[in-house]
Amino acid sequence: MSSMPPATATETPAAVTPPRVRGREDRSLLASVALHGTLIVATFIALFPVLWVMLSSIKPASEIRRTEISLFASPTLENYRKVLFDTNFPQWFLNSVIVAAFTMVIGIAMSASAGYALSRFNFPGKRGLMWVFLLTQMFPVAILIVPIYTIMANLGLIDTKASLVIAYCTVAVPFCAWMLRGYFDTIPRELDEAAALDGLGPFGTFYRVILPLARPGLAVTAFYTFLTAWGEVAYAIAFMQTDDHYTLGAGLQQFVPQFSPRWDLLTAGAVLITIPAAIVFFFAQKHLVAGLTAGGTKG
Amino acid sequence: MPTSVTFDQATRIYPGMTTPAVSALDLEVRPGEFLVLVGPSGSGKSTALRMLAGLEDVNQGRILIGDKDVTHLRPKDRDIAMVFQNYALYPHMSVAENMGFALKIAGSPKADIEARVLEAAKILDLVDYLDRKPKALSGGQRQRVAMGRAIVRQPQVFLMDEPLSNLDAKLRVSTRTQIASLQRRLDTTTVYVTHDQVEAMTMGDRVAVLKDGLLQQVDTPLGLYDNPTNAFVAGFIGSPAMNLGTFTVADGHALIGGAKVPLPRSTVGAITGDQVQVGFRPEALELSSETDPGSFPVEALVIEELGSDAFLYGNLIGDDLRADHIVARIAPRSVPAKGAKVWFTIAPGRIHAFDVETGDALPTD
Repeated sequence: MSSMPPATATETPAAVTPPRVRGREDRSLLASVALHGTLIVATFIALFPVLWVMLSSIKPASEIRRTEISLFASPTLENYRKVLFDTNFPQWFLNSVIVAAFTMVIGIAMSASAGYALSRFNFPGKRGLMWVFLLTQMFPVAILIVPIYTIMANLGLIDTKASLVIAYCTVAVPFCAWMLRGYFDTIPRELDEAAALDGLGPFGTFYRVILPLARPGLAVTAFYTFLTAWGEVAYAIAFMQTDDHYTLGAGLQQFVPQFSPRWDLLTAGAVLITIPAAIVFFFAQKHLVAGLTAGGTKG
Repeated sequence: MPTSVTFDQATRIYPGMTTPAVSALDLEVRPGEFLVLVGPSGSGKSTALRMLAGLEDVNQGRILIGDKDVTHLRPKDRDIAMVFQNYALYPHMSVAENMGFALKIAGSPKADIEARVLEAAKILDLVDYLDRKPKALSGGQRQRVAMGRAIVRQPQVFLMDEPLSNLDAKLRVSTRTQIASLQRRLDTTTVYVTHDQVEAMTMGDRVAVLKDGLLQQVDTPLGLYDNPTNAFVAGFIGSPAMNLGTFTVADGHALIGGAKVPLPRSTVGAITGDQVQVGFRPEALELSSETDPGSFPVEALVIEELGSDAFLYGNLIGDDLRADHIVARIAPRSVPAKGAKVWFTIAPGRIHAFDVETGDALPTD
């Protein structure tokens, strides 16, 4: 780092600043190189596995297994054709879409209303409820899976999509309720009061005044709940028993059994399952705008 | 027809608190009246307003709007409209939607809503802004939208919770006049909360002074100014504030700065100990000379020259006045020099006296 002290505005007004004096915002060359180098390496580490899967997905199966590494080797879309037409992949895909969509809708509805209640109302057991929400997050899936399986079995829900939706909601709702409560807390209470004077009840206030202002929070919640359900493997394998009922997480496992794994099918499937997640993210991020509540209140 | 508002022993105790925020408030707002609730922070003025709005529970007593007991009605069933301190506009709605929202909820026909919103917008000079969102408005415009939202409702009672405190000083003065004249024009009963006694004096038909949840006095602005019921009201109302100090009483005179200032006979009769709290307004002081009877010396510390008026802030020389400073209104443009020793007398009949213990006003007739 340079030993030159940072120039301040008061000492060196723009007109008399010598050209080589660095402003407080400027970096030295060495710092720039180090910073950009670090960023490039980190980016490469993050992107390489994804890139490798994508490149592999357009190679023939024999090329994927070769010890000799190459970026492109007789590129083909044959893997995709096989996954889409010769396997049960489309059925699993549909199952996953249904499960993830229901998890998303039910998860948002439950966590938004719970979050609003926690943010605005006082009721007996409020603190306890918030602790319970936190505590449930502390158990790893491996511990929860057996008791939840037992519950689902008793309810006769094993091998149904409902079991997965319920299980995923138990994961997503407490977290999202906490998150949305924090978001609702940032919306001024005076808006609720103004709405009450304008003739809305608690539910009307929630639906017509608060929810429209909580769009960024809801968008994050939507994306989070969707992802919770979309790529999940453990519950899916435990609860689903027939091939037609598998979701993608469970289904793709079928491609890579212990012996003779079908990497060609797995890589193509892996690329395909990123598409819906990307679509959901695309719609969610449009709502991630700052300053929605700007101008409503002053100060 | 304008409606009256009655607080009947209304009390609010916040959960977990032992002392009430508003204690047994008895107050009648006359039909069409502009009543100002004023007091320092923590006096319960906002709580009283929110009780009337239905945003706070009433623990004891009743609140009536007209003849209707609204104590336990929901806000929307009270036929009131409120202007919030921070305006509380709906950020996701345009100005027109904000103003028409209550009518929309009530299910009014669309044409009717539009007509009433337009009418209110004309009154408030907001016609050009109806399609804008609140964030694209200036502070003054947002304040007017908040007013408009209340007007459109055509409620029985307007409630205003410090609606001017977020405006800059100049805008506050002009908006103050606009609100007061608008209220006269609409002839709607209005309860207005402020901590600013100048607002209270200039806007209110009557002013209610609160302190620590207790109503101190309700009167016209001049009534409060001329006949404060206790030392708190005397010190709170008026700008600059009344000079208040505790002095020894001897022989029917208060000993102020070595001078013997005669007290009215009725006052002397009501004094219990050998001390009295004396108050006199800045304009009750008259420049005099050392030889005048009852004149006392003041060392001028600061002179505020305002052009139309001048105020002298000084220390009473050689006395134990337990007030920060003496403030005197003097003739502008020929003021004494800083540090000068000036002599004042209190104009006859302009002296206030209060009990040292209770602060209650003593008769001065």
